[in-house]
Amino acid sequence: MPILDHLWIIPLLPLLGSAINGLLGGKWPHNIVNSVALGATGLSFACALEAVREFVSEPNHQALVHRHFFDWISAGTFTAGFDLQMDQLTVVMLLVVTGVGFLIHIYSTGYMAHEGGYYRFFSYLNLFMFFMLILVLAANYVLLFVGWEGVGLCSYLLIGFYFLKKSAADAGKKAFIVNRIGDFGFMLGMFLLFRAFGSLDFTTVFQKAADPSWAHEPWGQFGTMTVACLLLFMGATGKSAQLPLYVWLPDAMEGPTPVSALIHAATMVTAGVYVVARSHILFVHSETAMVVVAVVGCATAFFAATIGLVQTDIKKVLAYSTVSQLGYMFLACGVGVFSAGIFHLMTHAFFKALLFLAAGSVIHAMGGEQDMRHMGGLSKKIKYTYWTMLMATLAISGAPLFAGFFSKDQILLGAYTIEGGKPLYAIGLLTALLTAFYMFRLIFLTFHGQQRYDEHHVHVHESPRSMLGPLVILAVLSIFGGWLALPAFWGGPDYFANFLAPVFSGGEASAAAAASEAAAHSLELPLAGVAVFTALLGFAVAFWLYIRQPGKPEAIAKSVGGLYTTLLNKYYVDELYAAVIVKPLLWLSTEVLWKIVDVAGIDGTVNGIAHGTTSLGDTVRHTQSGNTRSYAVWVVIGALVILAVIFLWPYWSAARPVAGMVR
Amino acid sequence: MQTIPMLTILIFLPAAGVMGLLCLRKDDHEWIRRFAFVVSLLELMASVWFLLAGVPLGSNGYKLEEFHQWISLGPHLDAPQTWINYHLGVDGISMFLVILTAFLTVVSILCSWKSIDKRVKEFFIMILLLEVGVVGVFLSLDLFLFFLFWEVMLIPMYFLIGIWGHDRRIYATIKFVLYTMSGSILMLIGILWLYNATGTFDLPSIQLALQHGGLVLPRSTETLLFLAFFVAFAIKVPLFPFHTWLPDAHVEAPTAGSVILAGVLLKMGTYGMIRFCLPLFPDAAKRFATPIAVLAIIGIIYGALVALVQPNLKKLVAYSSVSHLGFVVLGIFAFQTVSMQGAVFQMLAHGISTGGLFLLVGMLYDRRHTFEMSQFGGLCAPMPQLAAFFLFVALSSMGLPMLNGFVGEFLILLGTYQVHWNWASWAATGVILSACYLLWSYQKVFYGDITVEKNRTLPDISTRERAILVTMAVITLWMGIGSTFFTDRTASASQAVIDQMQRPQHAEEAIVPAPAKPSQPAPGRPANATGSAIAPIASAAPRPNSLERLGTR
Repeated sequence: MPILDHLWIIPLLPLLGSAINGLLGGKWPHNIVNSVALGATGLSFACALEAVREFVSEPNHQALVHRHFFDWISAGTFTAGFDLQMDQLTVVMLLVVTGVGFLIHIYSTGYMAHEGGYYRFFSYLNLFMFFMLILVLAANYVLLFVGWEGVGLCSYLLIGFYFLKKSAADAGKKAFIVNRIGDFGFMLGMFLLFRAFGSLDFTTVFQKAADPSWAHEPWGQFGTMTVACLLLFMGATGKSAQLPLYVWLPDAMEGPTPVSALIHAATMVTAGVYVVARSHILFVHSETAMVVVAVVGCATAFFAATIGLVQTDIKKVLAYSTVSQLGYMFLACGVGVFSAGIFHLMTHAFFKALLFLAAGSVIHAMGGEQDMRHMGGLSKKIKYTYWTMLMATLAISGAPLFAGFFSKDQILLGAYTIEGGKPLYAIGLLTALLTAFYMFRLIFLTFHGQQRYDEHHVHVHESPRSMLGPLVILAVLSIFGGWLALPAFWGGPDYFANFLAPVFSGGEASAAAAASEAAAHSLELPLAGVAVFTALLGFAVAFWLYIRQPGKPEAIAKSVGGLYTTLLNKYYVDELYAAVIVKPLLWLSTEVLWKIVDVAGIDGTVNGIAHGTTSLGDTVRHTQSGNTRSYAVWVVIGALVILAVIFLWPYWSAARPVAGMVR
Repeated sequence: MQTIPMLTILIFLPAAGVMGLLCLRKDDHEWIRRFAFVVSLLELMASVWFLLAGVPLGSNGYKLEEFHQWISLGPHLDAPQTWINYHLGVDGISMFLVILTAFLTVVSILCSWKSIDKRVKEFFIMILLLEVGVVGVFLSLDLFLFFLFWEVMLIPMYFLIGIWGHDRRIYATIKFVLYTMSGSILMLIGILWLYNATGTFDLPSIQLALQHGGLVLPRSTETLLFLAFFVAFAIKVPLFPFHTWLPDAHVEAPTAGSVILAGVLLKMGTYGMIRFCLPLFPDAAKRFATPIAVLAIIGIIYGALVALVQPNLKKLVAYSSVSHLGFVVLGIFAFQTVSMQGAVFQMLAHGISTGGLFLLVGMLYDRRHTFEMSQFGGLCAPMPQLAAFFLFVALSSMGLPMLNGFVGEFLILLGTYQVHWNWASWAATGVILSACYLLWSYQKVFYGDITVEKNRTLPDISTRERAILVTMAVITLWMGIGSTFFTDRTASASQAVIDQMQRPQHAEEAIVPAPAKPSQPAPGRPANATGSAIAPIASAAPRPNSLERLGTR
């Protein structure tokens, strides 16, 4: 039974795991819950591997594999099937999701061992895997949207996992609602695509979009592509935490750390990048949309990196770093090097998952402490964690031959070679400097220098094997994961880009990037040199400030007081949103809509009519006084009125002929 | 021809149940409950069995029709004899509404098992009578019969709120009845006018007459008639700004009343729009589409915003209904097949998910005797199962894909967008707001620390409650994943509504002059209600066969 014909098995396994654990797991001991959750994810990973093997070994492996299972929604001319598909892009996403997901499941068995709601956690985590796999396997936008919303739900549940804590519940809610704002755009984007192309199936939409004659249809004239792309991108900014909808991701760190690693670093947050890459045929048709994507990505990368400079919570630093790295991926898409964006998505999944898991290991070792100001000098005590985290830091900073080095260089190269892309390149490079700085700041504050915690209260201990195993595997991937693109440096084949070429050929050929292939190759080495130098500079500054002159950062912070507090308070964006959107909306709803319009206005009118009727009746009642003389007066008045009508009627009706007729 | 009058059985089976209940001893509560439950269950099984078999997939027109002359009205126009008919029929749209009614009646009987302890016998009689009225409304094809059931339904609801309701029940129930009645009056006038012009109350005949030019309505008349019907239905839906009876009625009604009220009574309004307003008065409907859509959109956003700030959980759910029904009205008045299908689906989905929400709110009330959210908080800990179900139902209500709320909302917005992108865009903000009010309230009730000591020991759901909730959850999932089961069956009926709106060209020409007649009304004939400036051509234009047929049938 070829898995390729039964792709539904891959997402269904985690769903089963989730259902079993969710319904029955409450009464089971941990090891049974474990086996169900790990079994489901592991099997799913195995199936994914098998499916990928079948896919690449197919004689005609350029072709997209498309399977229809059943009709999900159909009405009028609209149908959305439960259709799954597999192409090279899916392969990458599928392996990242199931592979990294499986590792994080293993890690979680150790990390969550002493937490309440163990079965609930794994049930949610498996459910997340289900929705994420639907997302990457979907063959139409509607089914993709199922995964899209579903991962948002799981994110909500897992961020709010410690629901007794108000901040956790708040963060979960915020994540869901901010994502919904993005989804609003995403839905409108789908509606517009359906209006333009009459379908939401990827194949149909992309085929029609690629057809040059389409541009001359009435709807093609007025920037349909641009609007549709921007609406889809609005969804992507929500899910992938870009400006201006990034605010939920830092708060999402309230969730357990494995969740941060899986959902808020490696997989879910990259869904936006995936959608943009998946829809690249639409995006490359719209210059404006591409520029917007590039600029938003670049701006977010820089913006988030600056906030990351001063955060003291170890997870918050990583959260802003994630926002920043996602910005890089969008920058890649925006300048037309989609395969570089996806490449960075993959390497980022490795090293950022590792960073979070290692941070979790640190937190675990410190007994729950997350503030780096209360750490220091841990490198000797938790060696595995230290070394693996160091590998990931080197990878994200762009140290030569580490994974992040290759992917980030490709992005910067893409930005440099595109027309008008030099400013983007410059900001990207500056961000790389900041990245190297804040990451080594994190390493130095956590693992080096003075010990700043009370050893009597904190018993530092290395994490169990179940947690260290995944760390080591991810560390290996963080080192070698980028070598797929290694030969490209010497003008050889870029395995990764070549593999993805069937998907992106349409898009990248038209983008400026591929046009100057030869020029790009000659630029590759010098630009890499510049990038390495930048990373070194970041490292050196961090080293100087946090190892050589430990008192210096505080002094600098004081000397630039305003800037520092602004950064520390994340540019006051949350406060701004609260003051400009949330509070006015609540005020309007309570004071105006509810109390004035509803209660006083509409209901007041209704009750007013009722009271009016009552008082009218009350007034008229008094005419029934029982007084004979007043009755006599009424009789006379009545008689006069009747006489008047009888005598005057003919004149009146003659003066005003009856229009139409009364039958 | 069929031999068993299936639809009559569906309408009057609960009435027979009422007879049975009357024979039971007043204080024998357990048997009263069991008997009512069995009756409602039989009704549910009968409705599923009769209707799914009776309305084959892809069939057109009304099925299982029953036609009997009922009340003779004497000669009218050139017909020697006119009748009020007992005419029943079902199509893809009404079929599911009847099944939904039957299902929610079972649910409401089950959820009242413990919480109703005074006047038990009367309570279950009222519930079953309510079912008679509602099922009758959905199955009637005669305007008079429709109106009759429409009004019959008010009486049990009046008592349900007035007797078994909460503190302000008298205010709420009078408001509910008067509000609805003031709309019904308008509809009655419209119905009488149509009879006067055509000599029949029969819906299919009137429809044919209008469609084939047997009856030509001048523009102003069509407008007035449309509004007469529309306002009656809009109050029932309720469409902004006719919605203020709803929060009061819901908050004061007992749980069973709320479930049926939100689940099916509101759908009578949207059903009426689909069944009457669009096919009978298509041009007026088109003229008024924009203002109605604007009201619907206001309702969506306004209902959601007001729901957002309610301190009272039940009121919040009530306002959310205003918001959700706004989607349905929008879908209807976009005149698109896709959005019409979505509207019909949303009517069913809303019945399940909002019915479920009221059920859960009622369960909280049974335990704590309050709806104030400030009295709750942290309920996840003492009642994890109820919390899980609440979240599930809330997610379906906010339209999470793979649950039932998504399909309807998505189709409505998708269909509307194809012709009015701005309507759909405004309405889609409701998607954001529904997440806001539901998650906000969910957090207030279930997350955080327990602030009221009493809440610490609240019991989780009982087996009976779990059975109801599991059933509803299964249906929610089924509707969300297997939505084609429903949409395939509603497709031809929805398409028919759209098709009926297409009138042959000649019907759109205005007044056809008619010969003057003595203005003296015939004895027993209702006065010409809409004024004298109307010129029906009953005697002038050739009348379609259907009218002749009905005159002599």
